[in-house]
Amino acid sequence: MEHHEPQLYGVMAEFETANQLLHAAEKVRDAGYKHMDAYAPFPVEGLTEALGLGRNKVALTTLLGGLCGGLGGFGFEYWVNVVSYPMNIAGRPLNSWPAFIPVTFELTVLGAALSAVFGMIAMNGLPRPHHPVFNIHRFARASTDRFFICIEATDPKFHLADTARFLEGLHPQHVTEVQDE
Amino acid sequence: MSVAQPPINHPEIRRLEPVLAPGHTYETVTATISDVVIKRPLGLGWFAGFTLAFTFLMVLTVAVAWLIIKGVGIWGINVPIGWGFAIVNFVWWIGIGHAGTLISAILFLLNQKWRTSINRFAEAMTLFAVACAGIFPLIHTGRPWMAYYMFPYPSTMGIWPQFRSPLIWDVFAVSTYGTVSLLFWFVGLIPDLATLRDRAPHKWQQMIFGALAMGWRGSARHWHRYQSAYMLLAGLATPLVLSVHTVVSFDFSIAIVPGWHTTIFPPYFVAGAIYSGFAMVLTIAIPLRKAYGLEDFITMRHLENMAKVMLATGLIVAYGYFFEFFMAEYSGNKFDVFLVDQRLHGPYSPYYFALILCNILTPQLLWIQKVRRNIAALFVMSLIINTGMWLERFVIVVISLTRDFMPSAWGRYSATVWDYATFAGTLGLFTTLLFLFCRALPAIAMAEMRELVAHTSKDHD
Amino acid sequence: MNQREFMDEHNHEHHHVQERGELRILSARAGADVAAEAPLAKHALDLAAVRGKLQARAGKQYWRTLEELAEDPHFTELLQREFPRQAPSEWDEGVDRRDFLKLMAASLAFAGLSGCGVPPRENVVPYVKQPEGLVLGKPLFFATVMPFGADAIGLLVESHEGRPTKIEGNPDHPSSLGGTNAFAQASVLDLYDPDRAQLTTNFGDMRSWSQFLDSAQAAAAAIKSTEGAGFRILTGTITSPLLAEEIQGLLKLYPKAKWHQWEPAVSDGGREGAKLAFGRYLNTVYRVEKADVILSLDSDFLAMGPGNVRYMKEFFRRRKLTGPDGEMNRLYVVEPTPTVTGATADHRLPLRASDVELFARALAAKLGLGGGASLPGAEKWIAAVAADLQKHRGSSLVVAGEQQGAEVHALAHAINAALGNSGVTVYQTEPVEAQPVNHLQSITELCADMDAGKVDTLIIFGTNPIYTAPHDFDFATKITKVRNTIRVSTHFDETAEYSQWHIAESHFLETWGDARAFDGTLSVIQPLIAPLYATHSAREVLAAFSDKPGVSDYDALRDRLKAANSGADFEKFWRKTLNDGVVANSAFTPVAGAAKFSADSLPPAKTIPADQLEFIFRPDPSIYDGRFANNGWLQELPKPVTKLVWDNAALVSSKTSEKLDLAHKAASRGGEHGQIYSPVVDVSLSNSKVTAAAWTLPGQADGVVVLPLGYGRTHAGYTGTNRGFNAYAVRVSSALFTATGGTLKKTDAEYSLACTQYHFNMEGRKILASGTLEEYKKNPNFAHEEDEQPDKSVSLYKPQDFPYAPDKPAWAMAIDLSSCNGCNACVVACQSENNIPVVGKDQVMRGREMHWIRIDRYYTHTPSETDGGHSGDPSEYSPALDNPETFFQPVPCQQCENAPCEQVCPVGATVHSSEGLNDMVYNRCIGTRYCSNNCPYKVRRFNFLRFQDWETPQFKLLRNPEVTVRSRGVMEKCTYCVQRISNVRIEAEKQNRAIRDGEIVTACESACPAEAIVFGDQNDPNSRVSKLKAQQRNYTILGELNARPRTTYLAAVRNPNPEMEKA
Repeated sequence: MEHHEPQLYGVMAEFETANQLLHAAEKVRDAGYKHMDAYAPFPVEGLTEALGLGRNKVALTTLLGGLCGGLGGFGFEYWVNVVSYPMNIAGRPLNSWPAFIPVTFELTVLGAALSAVFGMIAMNGLPRPHHPVFNIHRFARASTDRFFICIEATDPKFHLADTARFLEGLHPQHVTEVQDE
Repeated sequence: MSVAQPPINHPEIRRLEPVLAPGHTYETVTATISDVVIKRPLGLGWFAGFTLAFTFLMVLTVAVAWLIIKGVGIWGINVPIGWGFAIVNFVWWIGIGHAGTLISAILFLLNQKWRTSINRFAEAMTLFAVACAGIFPLIHTGRPWMAYYMFPYPSTMGIWPQFRSPLIWDVFAVSTYGTVSLLFWFVGLIPDLATLRDRAPHKWQQMIFGALAMGWRGSARHWHRYQSAYMLLAGLATPLVLSVHTVVSFDFSIAIVPGWHTTIFPPYFVAGAIYSGFAMVLTIAIPLRKAYGLEDFITMRHLENMAKVMLATGLIVAYGYFFEFFMAEYSGNKFDVFLVDQRLHGPYSPYYFALILCNILTPQLLWIQKVRRNIAALFVMSLIINTGMWLERFVIVVISLTRDFMPSAWGRYSATVWDYATFAGTLGLFTTLLFLFCRALPAIAMAEMRELVAHTSKDHD
Repeated sequence: MNQREFMDEHNHEHHHVQERGELRILSARAGADVAAEAPLAKHALDLAAVRGKLQARAGKQYWRTLEELAEDPHFTELLQREFPRQAPSEWDEGVDRRDFLKLMAASLAFAGLSGCGVPPRENVVPYVKQPEGLVLGKPLFFATVMPFGADAIGLLVESHEGRPTKIEGNPDHPSSLGGTNAFAQASVLDLYDPDRAQLTTNFGDMRSWSQFLDSAQAAAAAIKSTEGAGFRILTGTITSPLLAEEIQGLLKLYPKAKWHQWEPAVSDGGREGAKLAFGRYLNTVYRVEKADVILSLDSDFLAMGPGNVRYMKEFFRRRKLTGPDGEMNRLYVVEPTPTVTGATADHRLPLRASDVELFARALAAKLGLGGGASLPGAEKWIAAVAADLQKHRGSSLVVAGEQQGAEVHALAHAINAALGNSGVTVYQTEPVEAQPVNHLQSITELCADMDAGKVDTLIIFGTNPIYTAPHDFDFATKITKVRNTIRVSTHFDETAEYSQWHIAESHFLETWGDARAFDGTLSVIQPLIAPLYATHSAREVLAAFSDKPGVSDYDALRDRLKAANSGADFEKFWRKTLNDGVVANSAFTPVAGAAKFSADSLPPAKTIPADQLEFIFRPDPSIYDGRFANNGWLQELPKPVTKLVWDNAALVSSKTSEKLDLAHKAASRGGEHGQIYSPVVDVSLSNSKVTAAAWTLPGQADGVVVLPLGYGRTHAGYTGTNRGFNAYAVRVSSALFTATGGTLKKTDAEYSLACTQYHFNMEGRKILASGTLEEYKKNPNFAHEEDEQPDKSVSLYKPQDFPYAPDKPAWAMAIDLSSCNGCNACVVACQSENNIPVVGKDQVMRGREMHWIRIDRYYTHTPSETDGGHSGDPSEYSPALDNPETFFQPVPCQQCENAPCEQVCPVGATVHSSEGLNDMVYNRCIGTRYCSNNCPYKVRRFNFLRFQDWETPQFKLLRNPEVTVRSRGVMEKCTYCVQRISNVRIEAEKQNRAIRDGEIVTACESACPAEAIVFGDQNDPNSRVSKLKAQQRNYTILGELNARPRTTYLAAVRNPNPEMEKA
């Protein structure tokens, strides 16, 4: 694989508890940083607000998926029974809509569920096997018992020395540069 | 982890015995659970169990092979009893599946913290049960290789499935149920897969778990969307799980056969499903926590809560039985009256009384706390209830068919060795999958456990 | 389409006929060429030998191959490969049978002589010039007759490209009038029976026909020298003048030769009774149509015996009601065991067979014919009957049973004479039998002669003495004293086992011949197909011993008819005869002379003490005397009253059963509609023993044990061998039909019987409506009392939603239950028309029989379980079962408009046609069986295994090409014979006209001799079916379900004697 210049991704601080992370996040946000992210082994309450992230679009995607499934489902059944393949079944009307409801319902749920999950995954930019933060070997504990916050180099206010110093001020376990090689 | 938490030092929660034994840290919970998968060597017990299960799985393959070669005539079915063990087992397995979804979805929405440590394998159980159930509708057809006719695919003949048939509803309900359960389970697994990826000692483990984790890194943004998705899935799974057994009950209540054609079936089937489902969760949880030392996570409180749920749903089922009789007598419909009379005096009455014993009488012991807190008793009870629920389906499916409208066409049913072999075979499939699961994936949701640790620790400071 | 019309349209039969004459020869040759191929080509053949043989030959002869002529060992060896008699046994019969047949098929493919070797003649001679009237793909109908005992049933046989596939009745034939019975319907299966003997054997070694001719001629010379002193012929009843002439010819040629006859299932009572009454053997013919009151003295005249089809027609024509003002005849039946005739009766009196004579005497006495006899217990009954008979002098009729003794017959004649019925409702003619003799005497003499070693050449055909002869004769030992026995039969049967020569006999659909019907009408048997195998007719065999052997049946028949009809334009006569199926006005004229007979002249009647069991022997309703034992259709045909299949059983009354504790119980496998465990009993009778399964039969006279004949055969063929028990084993000459002094001992053993309907009561449901004529007149709406027929106008759907076109025909069926006596003709007809498989006893016991139309049997007015009454288990005694009222109900698919089956089919494999048919789309069906579960009438049938036989070539010939042969895993059911509907629709469209009423005739309808089933368009107010449905008697089964069946029923109405009610 071809090798290119290691390039700075950001500066990362490691904390012991979720509360420390929360406070740190608030400080970072108040310090006016925009491009940053926090990492935790479980969803920490309030972290979203602390980082000042807005609402996400998963719910909307799910709604749309559900609507497609439901309308598509009923429409298809109607088309099959009335238009495409009209058959006298047990002397029932061609459009026996009550009999079409169960399938309509199931397809609604299916559509919604699929779009919820795959929408979430896609919006999270997954799958993404590699990410610069994985270069920090201590980061392995982010999935067990450590909490990280990372200010990215792309942030307009970012300045390696200052940012590092700023993070030091939050009493983390460690502060490290994150290289993207 | 959910959005609207009750204040953690809520008196309710404090009074109850903990759902997680004290003294656990993020590291300890994670280690205990993940080591089972990535470190702990395969024990003799596991091999023994797995071999047994696998043998039964082989029985299934033989039974199905012979079925394909000869035809469904190798079973005990006939005219008038067109449906036998196959459909009984189908309904039974689907029912068992329900508890998993119920625990993971409904209890989640109801914010029941105690669900955390059991939802993972409960969902696994759901998937495996649905897998077992799914086999039957396929192989019970006279021409399984034509079963794809039931799917709406654009055929050159321009013909389509017949959407008025409950069997088609089944196809959609069961396949949707399977898919959604799988998604729900997988979404729950993503953070744990990441954990395993980061803790796995061997490269190959890291590769596999890494691939499955899709590069999950626990970013706040990820968690944010993750939680919305999980919440929505739970919200979708709840009506879905109710709809599935409702649709299954339509297979019967839409038909005109006396003993099938009744409006009480949907709720009564759903209750029955949860009933048997929880029994099955107990049947699995009790040995599991023992074998892998998870008593701290699956505590007495879990077992007792499940016992309570069984008691409640059991009573609903009893109500269903009672109303079968009441409605028959009240409506005065001669066919229904005759049917209930048959339940008590017909050639199959022993089955009915056995069913009453298993599903209604025995569970009443659960009113006693001593019984609810006696693990051995619970285990036996769970087996009895599973049997009882199987009998219930047998009584509904088979016995109703033996004596319907035309006395001249009355008949009887006796299962052949192949009926039994197929049933035993699916038990084999189910247990085989369970054995593989509990060693290949974390049987308890680690991320959620860590969250629990976080709360409890706060609770204690 | 109506076959009659079809035939008149194309009056070309004679072409085929003549063709057929010669073609048989051609085909024989053609077959030979096939045979001559491969295996023999290898080695050179000795032409000198052949030439020699050729010179030796005299007269017109045919041979198959030069090899055969040379009696080539390789050739014989090739033939050897014909007999695979081992059948691999698998876990169930359904499968077993097929594997066996695969073997058969293989062997047939081998030997050029057999099945596929001699294809139907049309294939033998390619249509260089297609015969007129034959359109490929369109069936032709040829008239012929099926000889049966002292009768011959007129048939029209449907032929597809030369393959006879379906039997219909011949409307122009007096013994049919268009109807048929189960035997006639099933006869076509016998033709294609793969177990048939396929060529001539000597001590089991293959021989060519010419070899037989040689030996026969040699024997003939010897016989001539002794004037036939040691020459004997044993036959069954023969009504064929041609055959008789041949025999008489031989008897003339060999004056000391003798002709013996033995018909096991019919007593000499009829003949001897006539002798008593009229001084000589006479044939009795009834005019049932003219009788208002009929008394049957143990006679099953509606189902068995000469003229039964005709009598059924006439009888039920007098029971058709168009409204409450209608009139019906009345039937009294006195019988020991329920028959279809008894089940039809307005009044039925169960009596022991021996008491029937007492009854007859008592009745005679009542009618002032002398004899002071009386029958304690039945006086009132007798009085009422006597009064009714007298009230209808000249329009009443007394019929005596085939198995009853001479006295009963004589008394019947006397009573008929006294009531002035002679010449009106009954008349006598010259015997129909070619040579009426006392059969018992006849076979006794034969046995004596054989024993004395006086017999050295014996020809046996038309009867199977080793199996059927009274066992005290020990026929098997005596026959070994005969030097040369020639057995002619379609199967290598018990008698063949004991014979030197066995000649494979041709089926009546393969031979030329003639036969007289019950009233003497002469008909020509015309073959539908060249012999499938190297088979020959009995006449050919006889001819072989005459001075002019080798004359073909065809020539012989024409010569005989020429002689009989000299003068007239013979060819014209010949064509007309073949076309009509009868020789015009050849029926015998009534002979004058009333019965000169008084009851006083009778010896005192022998009575059996009440405590003794009476054993009676009766032909089996399905396989008769055993001749149909290898016919799968008949074996699997539920016997009308017992509903047993594949077995016979010792029938006992409910009371006897209770006394001897012979209760049976339903197994969990199949249950009421499958396997029944019944106790095994030891029957010790006339110093002999047989072990049988006991069966409790409600309505049977108390103390009577019926031992049905025809089962327990040892050499019937694959299907018929070792089924049930052999009643002949305990039957002695001194007690041929009624025996006493025997015992019935229960053993601990149990035997599994297959029964298709065990449960007999309706559980108080509205399924079979019945009433009396009186009730009907009082309340024409009686069929709808407390029934819940929903108002058709009430529907959740708007009319425009409801998709039934009023402008198209709406096919529908009406079944008049007054006219159904459960004779089963429709069941076999349906099986034959629709290629319905036979599944075997094991599968029936699992509740998987395939009949598209079943006949339900109910005992009405027996309190049902739900009314706290009887459980519906016949072996559970209740007084109601001593003589229950029996009703039959044919149940085909009800063709519901709101078909419950359609709604639940996930793939739309069963949908509705625009003409209201509930169509089954076999190749769309995936076999979920949901439709069957949801069918309230349970008329759907499922192919649980591969029931159809796809290999056996004979069965390929048998099948109706217009009906799909269903494979494993698909549902099937009655289609209202949709193929027939389409045929007619196509014809109608070609002629640009509407379909006429009655133009479409379903298989069941056309077979029904009672005309109980009527099919037609219910949108046409003038159609027969609409008119029937317009009657108030019309009702639908389970109407409250609102499935709106197109098949509806007319409530059964019976005409009991009000006096009797009081009595």
